[in-house]
Amino acid sequence: MSGGALSAEAAARGMPRASVGRLRSNADLIFAAIGLVALMIGVLTLTALIVDLAVRGLPRLDLQFLTSFPSRRPAQAGILSAWVGTALVMLVTAVVTIPLGIAAAIYLEEYAPKNRLTAVIEVNVSNLAGVPSIIYGLLALGLFVYLLGLGRSILTAGLTLALLVLPIIIVATREALRAVPPTVREAAYALGATRWRVIADHLLPYSSGGIATGVIIALSRAIGETAPLITIGALTFIAFLPAPPVRPEFPFVSFQWLFDPFTVLPIQMFNWVSRPGTDFLPNAAAAGLVLILMTIAMNLTAIYIRIRVRRKVKW
Amino acid sequence: MVNEAALRTPPPAVRAGVAASAAEAPAERRVKLRCRDFHFYYGAFHALKGINLAFEEGAVTALIGPSGCGKSTLLRSFNRMHDLYPGTRYEGEVLMEPYGVNIVDRRVDAMAVRMRIGMVFQKPNPFPKSIYENVAYGLRLRGERRRAALDEKVEAALRDAALWDEVKDRLREPGTALSGGQQQRLCIARAMATDPEVILFDEPTSALDPIATAKIEDLVQQLAGRVTVVIVTHNMQQAARVSQHTAFMYLGEVVEFGETGQIFTAPRIQQTQDYITGRFG
Amino acid sequence: MVGETTTPAHTVRSYDQDLQRLRDMVARMGGLAERQVADATAALVRRDTELAEEVVRRDAQIDQLERDIEAFCVRLLALRQPMAQDLRLIVGAMRISHALERIGDYARNAAKRAIVLAGLPPIGSLNGFERMARLVQENLKGAMDALVHDDAARADEVWAADEPVDEIYNGIFREMLTHMMEDPRNITAATHLLFIAKNLERIGDHTTNIAEMVHYAVRGDTLPEDRPKADTSVSAVVRPPEG
Repeated sequence: MSGGALSAEAAARGMPRASVGRLRSNADLIFAAIGLVALMIGVLTLTALIVDLAVRGLPRLDLQFLTSFPSRRPAQAGILSAWVGTALVMLVTAVVTIPLGIAAAIYLEEYAPKNRLTAVIEVNVSNLAGVPSIIYGLLALGLFVYLLGLGRSILTAGLTLALLVLPIIIVATREALRAVPPTVREAAYALGATRWRVIADHLLPYSSGGIATGVIIALSRAIGETAPLITIGALTFIAFLPAPPVRPEFPFVSFQWLFDPFTVLPIQMFNWVSRPGTDFLPNAAAAGLVLILMTIAMNLTAIYIRIRVRRKVKW
Repeated sequence: MVNEAALRTPPPAVRAGVAASAAEAPAERRVKLRCRDFHFYYGAFHALKGINLAFEEGAVTALIGPSGCGKSTLLRSFNRMHDLYPGTRYEGEVLMEPYGVNIVDRRVDAMAVRMRIGMVFQKPNPFPKSIYENVAYGLRLRGERRRAALDEKVEAALRDAALWDEVKDRLREPGTALSGGQQQRLCIARAMATDPEVILFDEPTSALDPIATAKIEDLVQQLAGRVTVVIVTHNMQQAARVSQHTAFMYLGEVVEFGETGQIFTAPRIQQTQDYITGRFG
Repeated sequence: MVGETTTPAHTVRSYDQDLQRLRDMVARMGGLAERQVADATAALVRRDTELAEEVVRRDAQIDQLERDIEAFCVRLLALRQPMAQDLRLIVGAMRISHALERIGDYARNAAKRAIVLAGLPPIGSLNGFERMARLVQENLKGAMDALVHDDAARADEVWAADEPVDEIYNGIFREMLTHMMEDPRNITAATHLLFIAKNLERIGDHTTNIAEMVHYAVRGDTLPEDRPKADTSVSAVVRPPEG
């Protein structure tokens, strides 16, 4: 509301315009200015970052860059193994973390008895979202690599990132479930629905927008993670692709790729940036640009889903 | 305290003043729901203290009383809504005739109770699904898959709710796009689609304008005779307009129960009189 | 139990004021009707044509009060949606004001006849008329008191006290028939007196009706159908003296 409207309202209510209206509108203006400055600092920094990245990386970004393996020569080096690795790790992460996270959230929200144990679990889930990611890397190194013997593979990386973002999905899903009005729940129960039917027919469909948003925020976080993957021993230089998931002979699908070594975009970038000299810097910038584009694409998908669900689900 | 005997023998008090239309009904009235020394607890809070009431089959019974008197709590006991929330406890009996099943016994399946006792809530709460799906949902829950049967019952229910003509050309549109009054009638259609034996109304018009309210009241009266109706309302005129029997509740007890005309013209208990004439607290 | 206990005030205080105003209006109308009965009888007994004309003129006030009360009741019904005792009071007030208007009409009719009678030679004693008028007035006052004080017991007393009025009326009836038979020149005066007696008797009946309405307004139940009655004039036969 603008200061003018406020004082007009004050005048209409018969308040002394100069004393009350002016004072309020001044305070309003000052706060609006502070807020705007704060917002600008964030937006401008981010814009500068992206523009800088684009200026340096865009010339290097072409088909050859996307379809080549890393190389000692900057001009021939590409990110094929890195983006394929990122995509596959994300696939594993998504497949593992989405069902687990949603199921856990449904249990906590709809089934779990409200006692001290669930209270402790709830607090822990929220806190897990704030644990530094390298801790997850250490945990994964011990659990997946050494104890379960899964190796320094795509599977290990996917599971690690799945663990990392699981709390985010649980929290987001619970929020989305809680946003379904209790009156709608009651309406479904009153018609004789079982708990499972209420969840499957109502709660999940109506909260799918919120859940999808949470999932994509979680995957966006996972896609940029470097530390836990380095901890579990992801390679920085990979000049081959994982085993293909389809084979010409029976049974046509193969999960060998899960156990192949890999690299991911952030690690590839880190590798290039940490080299002596500036030869590889345009490569790093171009890879960063690809990473940012992937993240933006994911966020756009989230926004699209949210708008679509919101158009259908109104209370 | 007036008990269920009041249902069988019409109160003699109202020979003048009110037309004794209800008293002309056949002497033997069938009871659909019968509360016998029914108690309800929210945790340690004793919300309903020994309710004895009989709800006549096919009649509209109104529950009135000041906020917090337990009328909604009683209503929501009848379809076991309290089961959804932890720390609630039923004691005593609410018998559903003709088989005399104690529907508040935890051993009786709440889903089975809700399949036979429908409910319409205070705030219209259609599902964010199509108008058709809203009405068909209860039928689907009961395993109805045949398209023709669904179509037929959806139309019948929407006609019952006097909504068919308004929505027949847009059954695929979301139920939430309707006006408040239409939404509430949709909720009535949804509850009626499954042919419940009893239908509970929890202040169904408190969020509606007077015209929409009148339409709902008309519907409630149309339903009487086909189903047993129990309605909770803050609006005493509404209770007077739509019901045949009225129970006045206060502090978790039934203070007075009787024929609606008698309650509103010549209540026997001073507390009832003070409440309905607006002399309360 | 509903009844003589003091009822608490309405949450909406202006509603109480409205109901009090209604009681006051009915009580004022009742007082006026009482005075009309008294003055009409006095005009008769004292052969005071001026007072009788005054009574005839004053009847317009009673009629006006009836219209005012009716309009006020309709207004209360529409605006307050009264329930229970309030509803009974308002409906009762309408019916009582109608009964009082009838009483006023009877009093005016008696006053008109008193003017005619003042121009005719007196016949017999008018003690019976005075006693009848006094009883009717007392009952009317009792009914009004019962209304103003929500006193059902008082209303019941009035309801049961109409018998003496009827008995006096029976006596007057026989007396007037006897006067007519003794001397045909008495017929005009005796007929007018007979009608005045009938008027007073009807006023008594309306008073018991008012008592019934007060009882219903206060208690919410009705009195039995068969009220003690002693009007035997319907079957009275007076034979002319032999020879």
